[in-house]
Amino acid sequence: MLELKNLSFKVIDETGNEKTIIDDVSFTVKDDSFVVITGPNGSGKSTLARLIMGIEKPSAGRIFFDGEDITDKSITERANMGISFALQQPVKFKGIQVIDLLRLAAKKNLTVSQACEYLSFVGLCARDYVNREVNASLSGGELKRIEIATLLARNTKLSVFDEPEAGIDLWSFQSLNRVFENMRMDTKGSILIISHQERILNIADEIIILSGGKIIQSGAKDDILPSLLKDSTQAACSVLEGRA
Amino acid sequence: MLDEIQKRLLREIADLHTVPSGAYNIRSNSKLEARNTTANIDIVSKTEKSGIDIYIKPGTKNESVHIPVVLSESGLKETVYNDFHIGEDCDVVIVAGCGINNCGTGDSEHDGVHRFIVGKNSKVKYVEKHYGEGDGRGKRILNPVTEVYQEEGSSVEMEMVQIKGVDSTVRTTLSKLEKGAKLVVRERLLTHGSQTAVSNYTTELNGEGSSADVVSRSVAKEDSYQKFVSRIVGNAPCTGHTECDAIIMNNARILAVPELEANDLDASLIHEAAIGKIAGEQIIKLETLGLTEQEAEEQIVNGFLK
Ligand SMILES: Nc1ncnc2c1ncn2[C@@H]1O[C@H](COP(=O)(O)OP(=O)(O)OP(=O)(O)O)[C@@H](O)[C@H]1O
Ligand SMILES: [Mg+2]
Repeated sequence: MLELKNLSFKVIDETGNEKTIIDDVSFTVKDDSFVVITGPNGSGKSTLARLIMGIEKPSAGRIFFDGEDITDKSITERANMGISFALQQPVKFKGIQVIDLLRLAAKKNLTVSQACEYLSFVGLCARDYVNREVNASLSGGELKRIEIATLLARNTKLSVFDEPEAGIDLWSFQSLNRVFENMRMDTKGSILIISHQERILNIADEIIILSGGKIIQSGAKDDILPSLLKDSTQAACSVLEGRA
Repeated sequence: MLDEIQKRLLREIADLHTVPSGAYNIRSNSKLEARNTTANIDIVSKTEKSGIDIYIKPGTKNESVHIPVVLSESGLKETVYNDFHIGEDCDVVIVAGCGINNCGTGDSEHDGVHRFIVGKNSKVKYVEKHYGEGDGRGKRILNPVTEVYQEEGSSVEMEMVQIKGVDSTVRTTLSKLEKGAKLVVRERLLTHGSQTAVSNYTTELNGEGSSADVVSRSVAKEDSYQKFVSRIVGNAPCTGHTECDAIIMNNARILAVPELEANDLDASLIHEAAIGKIAGEQIIKLETLGLTEQEAEEQIVNGFLK
């Protein structure tokens, strides 16, 4: 499905020095699998997702999608090949209504009730939202849910979510997980989620841990999760005890 | 009879597919094409200059007046004076607009001077659309002047729309509001090519409790130029708000000049103006939904001007 081969991304920072954000990363997301990438703030997770979507171009390495080299393909081309991306910080648009955005995502003239179905799925009381503008009047959590709904409407082979849980209240967590589980069953596609949340890590098939732009650990959930939880408790404790 | 070009212009400016119901006055190439009056609404041609007087009887509710103008001959220049006399306690919709098709080499120009006298407690919705087309070298020029006199407790909502096609406009709008009167203006403007569009709004809040909200949303593309001047004068305890929200593209230029003048301690006036290009992240977001860059821009502009 998706394969990253020796991917690197370097930038020149303010002081004129070269900075490596992604450092020789390789991994594969298999067909029908559910992979979660986790890691500390600033470790390069969002950058990696942007490289996959084509928003950033790698300094070195190749990206393959269904066996085809997509490294030089544009965002639009990748989107039309079947890659979707839900941003960590959803974009606002003056004048564009929620239903317009869902119609663009679905690439068809969804009826109001079809649009409402997607919204209900992400826990929004649909009738109140279809005609709202996707602007600053929506709360952060609402924007985040609408962002997820656009991916449901797109229904592509690969869906990448960047911290979908951010800003979403705890009460809705279970429904959010249900969204991902349903997506897996319905689309028979793969899901790649960037998350810090144990509850999301818990439903993964595979977990990749990124730190300082490198993969420091990856493997089946059952192999990674227990040690990850133990480590993070220790890390948190050492911070608390002033030893970090 | 209206030909196909004239019919299309009518559709663009007045959403008219057939002759409208209610009162109307259709002016085509400087001549009266059709007119209809109703029991409550009378339309009379002026004798000393070109134009019409529209009389709306007190208490007229839920009626409409359409006064579209179409110009399809090249090189026509005209100034037309239309006066609306609206009685007390009315609730009416007035749709004006001008469509120009200029395929020739002479400049075509229509300058409409619209004057509204809005009686006590009357409610008026006024829609004015401008549309130009034709690929001749002749310019399409529109210079509308609107004067609004609002008596006590009246409310006027103006929707001014000009999407492409008009080479040069200077729009001048003057409103004077008495006690408790309310004015809402929504302007939507799209310019392209080497067009210029100037909007000058002056709103005088003369009566206690009067209020105005003058908002422009515009997009300037290519080499076009826009100037938006909105002046609110508070001469009494009143509230006024004006806003210019603009997207700039290519080599276009926009000048926004909000002006507030408070001559009363209890005048509360606010202005806001924002000009900027389309945010890169908006284009990227729509590209991730499979749109090309150009399609993304179109969607963003369409939404913004909706
Ligand atoms: N274009 C750029 N120029 C300079 N630095 C950049 C650029 N893009 C990313 N970075 C830096 O790279 C690092 C990784 O950023 P990224 O957003 O990928 O982290 P993240 O793992 O998603 O973090 P978080 O968990 O906080 O979302 C950060 O230190 C960021 O400041
Ligand atoms: Mg991030």
